[in-house]
Amino acid sequence: MSYRAPLQDMRFVMQELAGLDRLASLPGFGDTGGEVVDAVLDEADRFASDILAPLNRIGDTERARWQDGVVTTPPGFRDAYLRFAENGWNGIGCDPEYGGQGMPKLVTTAVYEMWKAANLSFSLCPMLTSGAIEALMLRGSDAQKQMYLHNMVSGKWTGTMNLTESQAGSDLAAVRTRAVPAGDGSYRLTGQKIFITYGEHDYTENIIHLVLARTPDAPEGVKGISLFVAPKFLVRADGSLGARNDIRCLSIEHKLGIHGSPTCVLSYGEQGGATAYLVGEENRGLEYMFIMMNAARFAVGLEGLAIAERAYQKAVQYARERIQGTDIAGGKDKVAIVRHPDVRRMLMRMKAQTEAMRAVAYVVASAQDAASRHPDAGERARNQAFVDLMIPIVKGWSTETGNEVASLGVQVHGGMGFIEETGTAQFFRDARITTIYEGTTAIQANDLIGRKIGRDGGRALAALVQEMRALDVDLATLTGADAQRMRALLARGVAALERGGRHVAEQYGKNIRAVAAGSVPLLQLMGVVCGGWQMARALLAAQRRLAADGGDRGFLHAKIATARFYADHVLVGAEALAETVIDGGDAVLAMDEAAF
Amino acid sequence: MKVLVGVKRVIDANVKARVKSDGTGVETANVKMAMNPFCEIATEQAVRMKEAGSVTEIIAASCGPAANVETLRTALAMGADRGVHVQTDAELQPLAIAKLLKSVAEKEQVQLVILGKQAIDNDFNQTGQMLAALLGWSQATFASAIEVAGEWLKVTREVDGGLEHVEVKLPAVVTADLRLNEPRYASLPNIMKAKKKPIDTLTPDALGVDVTPRLKTLKVSEPPARKAGIKVESVAQLVDKLKNEAQVI
Repeated sequence: MSYRAPLQDMRFVMQELAGLDRLASLPGFGDTGGEVVDAVLDEADRFASDILAPLNRIGDTERARWQDGVVTTPPGFRDAYLRFAENGWNGIGCDPEYGGQGMPKLVTTAVYEMWKAANLSFSLCPMLTSGAIEALMLRGSDAQKQMYLHNMVSGKWTGTMNLTESQAGSDLAAVRTRAVPAGDGSYRLTGQKIFITYGEHDYTENIIHLVLARTPDAPEGVKGISLFVAPKFLVRADGSLGARNDIRCLSIEHKLGIHGSPTCVLSYGEQGGATAYLVGEENRGLEYMFIMMNAARFAVGLEGLAIAERAYQKAVQYARERIQGTDIAGGKDKVAIVRHPDVRRMLMRMKAQTEAMRAVAYVVASAQDAASRHPDAGERARNQAFVDLMIPIVKGWSTETGNEVASLGVQVHGGMGFIEETGTAQFFRDARITTIYEGTTAIQANDLIGRKIGRDGGRALAALVQEMRALDVDLATLTGADAQRMRALLARGVAALERGGRHVAEQYGKNIRAVAAGSVPLLQLMGVVCGGWQMARALLAAQRRLAADGGDRGFLHAKIATARFYADHVLVGAEALAETVIDGGDAVLAMDEAAF
Repeated sequence: MKVLVGVKRVIDANVKARVKSDGTGVETANVKMAMNPFCEIATEQAVRMKEAGSVTEIIAASCGPAANVETLRTALAMGADRGVHVQTDAELQPLAIAKLLKSVAEKEQVQLVILGKQAIDNDFNQTGQMLAALLGWSQATFASAIEVAGEWLKVTREVDGGLEHVEVKLPAVVTADLRLNEPRYASLPNIMKAKKKPIDTLTPDALGVDVTPRLKTLKVSEPPARKAGIKVESVAQLVDKLKNEAQVI
């Protein structure tokens, strides 16, 4: 067994924590009753487990290859992609008007988790296509939508996002690619883009590039960047493919991980200029990118969760099989290492963190559905505020934690974990990019302290803290040491978050460097406490189900034990993080820069 | 030609089955269930025959508790046109299922029934044969290829030592072997469409079938744990052990 989707936990989280039943009542989601969702999850699991997961290691060892501008994906990837598209998975969340299935974010989130866990390199192509689809949906003209969207939703064509240049990474204001009007309504692009995921490949006949570039009279900086669409092959008015556009893949990167995914250097206009069309209005490209940023960052956050799940499954399998040493409590028999207390601790930490990440991500996914579909404007706004506040957490905390879990996975394997053949090293390497692309952890933390806390004086965070505190009434009704311990530690964690958040809100305008120095610890603090909040809700739901004699007792008892572990081993760290947020900034800044 | 396919709900092939602590059977509570893999092959075959134009309608039938509807939906998502659910919580043995399917086949006036050759839960390999006998139809079991030739079916059977080519006259019962085809993965649009396809619910009583078990299960137990092996010193010792200890040569 290389990977099976954790369907039982997914369903538990969807039903008990993320309000799956409520979704069907939102306009447009009438088709998402439990039976259909179950069937979708089952079939996605089969596709992920049987087709995508076995290709994961092949992608790592065989890698995407480049020769003379042509990129060949690893053996099996192309066939898998064609089946993926043929089976309609590419358009799962897309607008039915363009051939999509219009499934709610909560359902697509669970399905995306499976693709990412099964084969992260493979999953990036549909993810980037979906980003490009969203950009065209939001700001494309009707003609552009008609020209590109049907084929992109079906997966016949893929999409890319061309943002980064060698001098413009986190700082997109430095973008230099030029777009000059050609006089016929189109533009001619010249410049070079790097880090273009699936910028060139052998899956499909055409690739639709979305490109950030500057027009000749554009103002300096972020307010002078426009968004363009530039297909690899120009599309004629009747939809057929025309001339090859002046876009070339100069090379692909040699990376630490995600070897199956081609990361391309694309050159525009070596023969005079690539034909491109303006999307939306001039000079508003970065603004459009920001509208899509939530979706992109959320998707990368899921990668942290997905890799953690995969690493956990592998570690459990190994810990059950590997016989080494005797039980520390006595006995002559050699035992599987899962018997050893510290191996158990590592496995519990992996499991608890993974389940906490899943719960937080799915709750945020469900809030995105409510933010877009709820009939009541107040509810939409409330959910949107929660989503905006949580996106840096899902992205930053889940990917940092995903790295931690993948690292623990290597540790559980001991020496064999360091050997590539075992397979767990790949998860560790693949996870490493997730804290970097779509905005590093520091960029997420910066967003958190600035736009999400500083700008509104901490109001959205205060509302969240209040919601967390409201859970205490329910927790107080529970009996048993597990519930009481969770209740106590959650109260302390929430208080710590409140202290840390208040400090940031108050100091943001006064002492920005010190606040920024504590921003990643604040992000971690918030992730840890949000995870605790959801694990407390999970514990509550599990105890209630047990009391009502409903469901799999083994699963529910494990959920309670896992929540208790989270409280004692993870949530307990919230107070320490708050101290760092409040008092740690000065120590970061004290030393003279020259002393490094 | 109308085709009936039987689909059985069993423990998912990827799940390690556990025996109930009281030895009365296999634990199925809170265990992931799925369509019997041989029934998937049977369904796939019917869908391919419909795509090829030799079949006009595919009816999927499943006998068992309410949850069997999920298995029927899987068949509908693969391409079956409608479902028949014979709902009962009673224990169903092959003879009872054969009787139920007989009455569904007659009611629906199908010309062909395709079943899996056996189910992976209890490996009976009996239902298809019993059904053919009850209906008085031709039968072709362990099929690895099926071709329609007018009123006849050309079926390739996987038998010990090779392949057997037979022709059976319709109406007929065919049971699917592993290599008949590779079942498709249901597409997302078809999963959504399956929800809207009709499923008729019947009961054994309504069909006038007595499903009382004829076999009694005495005890179910886990297979014995494999014992550690030993290294033999020589070929002679190996031969000796195979002859005298294992008594296999």
